[in-house]
Amino acid sequence: MSPWFDRLKAGLSKTRNGLTGSLSSILRGGGLTGADLEALEEVLIAADVGAKVAIELVKGLSGALRRGDDDPIALLKELILERLAGSERPLSLRSDGSPSVVLVAGVNGTGKTTTIAKIASLLRAADPDLPITFAAADTFRAAAIEQLSIWAERVGGDLIGHRPGADPAAVVFDAVDHVIKRGGVLFIDTAGRLQTKHNLMEELKKIERTVQKKLGRPSDERLLVLDATTGQNGIAQAERFHAAIDLTGLVLTKLDSTAKGGVVLAIREALGLPILFVGVGEAAEDLDAFSARQFVEALFD
Amino acid sequence: MFDSLSERLTSLFNRLRGKGALTEDDVSSALREIRLSLLEADVHYKVVKELIERIRERAIGSEVFDSLTPGQQVLKIVRDELAATMGEERRSLSLESRPSAVILVGLQGSGKTTTAAKLAASLKKDGRKPLLVACDLRRPAAVEQLERLGEGIGVPVFKDLELSPPEAARAGLAAAADTLRDVVIVDTAGRLQIDEDMMAEIGEIAASIEPEERILVVDAMTGQEAVNVAVAFDERIDLTGVILAKADGDARGGAALSIRHVTGVPIVYLGTGERVDRLEPFHPKRMAERILGMGDVLTLIERAEEQFDGERAKDLVKRIRDDRFTLQDFLEQLEQMRRLGPLSQLLEHLPGGANLAGSEVDEMELRRTLAILRAMTVEERLNPSIIGGSRKKRIARGSGTKVRDVNRVLSHFEAARRALKSFGSRRGKGRFPADLLGAR
Ligand SMILES: Nc1nc2c(ncn2[C@@H]2O[C@H](COP(=O)(O)OP(=O)(O)OP(=O)(O)O)[C@@H](O)[C@H]2O)c(=O)[nH]1
Ligand SMILES: Nc1nc2c(ncn2[C@@H]2O[C@H](COP(=O)(O)OP(=O)(O)OP(=O)(O)O)[C@@H](O)[C@H]2O)c(=O)[nH]1
Ligand SMILES: [Mg+2]
Ligand SMILES: [Mg+2]
Repeated sequence: MSPWFDRLKAGLSKTRNGLTGSLSSILRGGGLTGADLEALEEVLIAADVGAKVAIELVKGLSGALRRGDDDPIALLKELILERLAGSERPLSLRSDGSPSVVLVAGVNGTGKTTTIAKIASLLRAADPDLPITFAAADTFRAAAIEQLSIWAERVGGDLIGHRPGADPAAVVFDAVDHVIKRGGVLFIDTAGRLQTKHNLMEELKKIERTVQKKLGRPSDERLLVLDATTGQNGIAQAERFHAAIDLTGLVLTKLDSTAKGGVVLAIREALGLPILFVGVGEAAEDLDAFSARQFVEALFD
Repeated sequence: MFDSLSERLTSLFNRLRGKGALTEDDVSSALREIRLSLLEADVHYKVVKELIERIRERAIGSEVFDSLTPGQQVLKIVRDELAATMGEERRSLSLESRPSAVILVGLQGSGKTTTAAKLAASLKKDGRKPLLVACDLRRPAAVEQLERLGEGIGVPVFKDLELSPPEAARAGLAAAADTLRDVVIVDTAGRLQIDEDMMAEIGEIAASIEPEERILVVDAMTGQEAVNVAVAFDERIDLTGVILAKADGDARGGAALSIRHVTGVPIVYLGTGERVDRLEPFHPKRMAERILGMGDVLTLIERAEEQFDGERAKDLVKRIRDDRFTLQDFLEQLEQMRRLGPLSQLLEHLPGGANLAGSEVDEMELRRTLAILRAMTVEERLNPSIIGGSRKKRIARGSGTKVRDVNRVLSHFEAARRALKSFGSRRGKGRFPADLLGAR
């Protein structure tokens, strides 16, 4: 191991000591020192909260802190929770008997296909008879259709897919057709696309337009799947996908990793989108409802 | 999303113009901005700290030379420091033994399988006989994905679903020897560095074939955890290289810098697209500029400096800053740019420029633009507002184009002039060449 990392580790534990230290200095009524604040800022930055939000939060903390407040970290957590107020929301499906459509999008490899399988198996567990349809609208990536069809089989649902390379909107056209006849829920699995790729973003818009045309209304959920290991680029991702298809919410995947997904705080501030689910593993059952409180606790783990 | 660091530094240094050297105070405020910028680029915060200290040492007392503003000067120091941290130019894979082996490892979804196919395609092009070996026997359709990719590039894929991943790797290597394939590329399942079982498995796979190259595939969009991930994989299988996948987006890729700085493992390639031909050598300097969010500006300035004589360069910078940039300058610029080298080569210096060069900016468009500019009178170039309908018709005729082409050049010029103005005052992101050329 490089000596540098030893230092890094030492530095990390110093950060923790720093936190404890600031705690005790507050207990002694001494207020937070500059070094304490910096240590807190670094904890947030290390969680991918981003320098800007981290600095704001720590400023807010030192402003809100009064003599005798015994736990600055608890206060900081409350400040973050305030920012996340209203961010929890369950999946919204139609209850009027007409089919529901869930469109899932995001950059490459974030966990879109797996997340669809997870949400579907949640629905399946709640209702063994619910018709579920999967639209294989990723016609680009090698074996993307096979991957979805394996999940469709495991969960129990119909797969609507064309040949590799086919027009994704045409797949969606057929899938909406199918779900109009069958009822239940349609999940649209789209190809990973970087938000900077104009043509691919247009393709995504076309997919949503196809749903609208066929169904006479927008899809019920348009979810962005965000990888928790993503850093500050997550902001651009959310903004550009939101601009393209007017997102209804986020799913934060891979929270079982060491990453905290702190970038959602900045996204929340910019776009105010709710976070429906978190992914916590590769299996179908590794999906939890987003809990703001748990998320905030984890930032400081 | 990223205000340019250049913008911040310039406003900081505006008052410094004409001063000889940077003082410690000047440097400290600049360093604050640099810190923010590096953090926005996802460089690990501990690495940022170290870098800032080094930059401080180098920046204090350094000369501010005439043609660039002090802000640019500091940026150059930062860029050079980052580039130095990032290590030497690319180091190609070393695959001497026959058959030799490459193993690709990393987090879930980072780009391993796609990269395996990219490497295979590139080795094949170099006259090698690669064999892809499927050792991700977990993720649904992972094997099929590798098979499809292999079919696409005409490289065989070894699989044996009965075996454990370490056994499959060994069997793959044996199969390569039997079938006269001279290099195996092993695709492994994605795994978290804290998943003890899976990390043990990767250790076993590596031990079973002793691959010459042990490559970590990292997503260019990765945040602060990149360092921990790299360190853990390095501890386990002693990495020989890193490939930064998905570098074709607008992520600034600070992860690359952090990983290199902390583990010392070199970055070998960038993945710059989903297609199997999108594998590019890694250039430390270019990456440093990208992390600073300004790959375009510095390199282009340097190149322009090499080409222009100093006086003219200074004059141009001044005209841009004073917003006196005319179509005449535009024409001269384009002609200069043509001399700087082929368009595609120039565009490589822009973030995402490699893609632009491939598809979006077309050489024809540049030629058309030049023809239109040349068909104008000097007076028109100096004062475009006099160009009315009949002049447009004349220019179109003279350049063999349509009036709408002339209109397009004029409106691109207007947009470019605005961009250049902010570039000149170090406010914009300096995207001017793409704008000038009518890139979409
Ligand atoms: N650890 C962990 N891995 C996950 C999670 N969600 C998905 N994955 C894994 O991440 C990888 C990518 O998942 P996919 O569902 O294929 O991602 P995708 O967004 O559909 O990928 P593309 O379609 O190629 O853009 C796979 O190896 C999944 O098993 C999660 O919550 N935790
Ligand atoms: N834009 C872009 N996409 C890439 C690049 N490399 C890989 N991808 C995409 O990223 C996604 C994940 O790539 P994979 O090769 O399946 O990743 P992996 O690491 O093998 O994933 P797991 O096996 O599930 O862990 C796919 O959608 C790829 O097409 C790249 O350089 N640029
Ligand atoms: Mg997918
Ligand atoms: Mg794979």
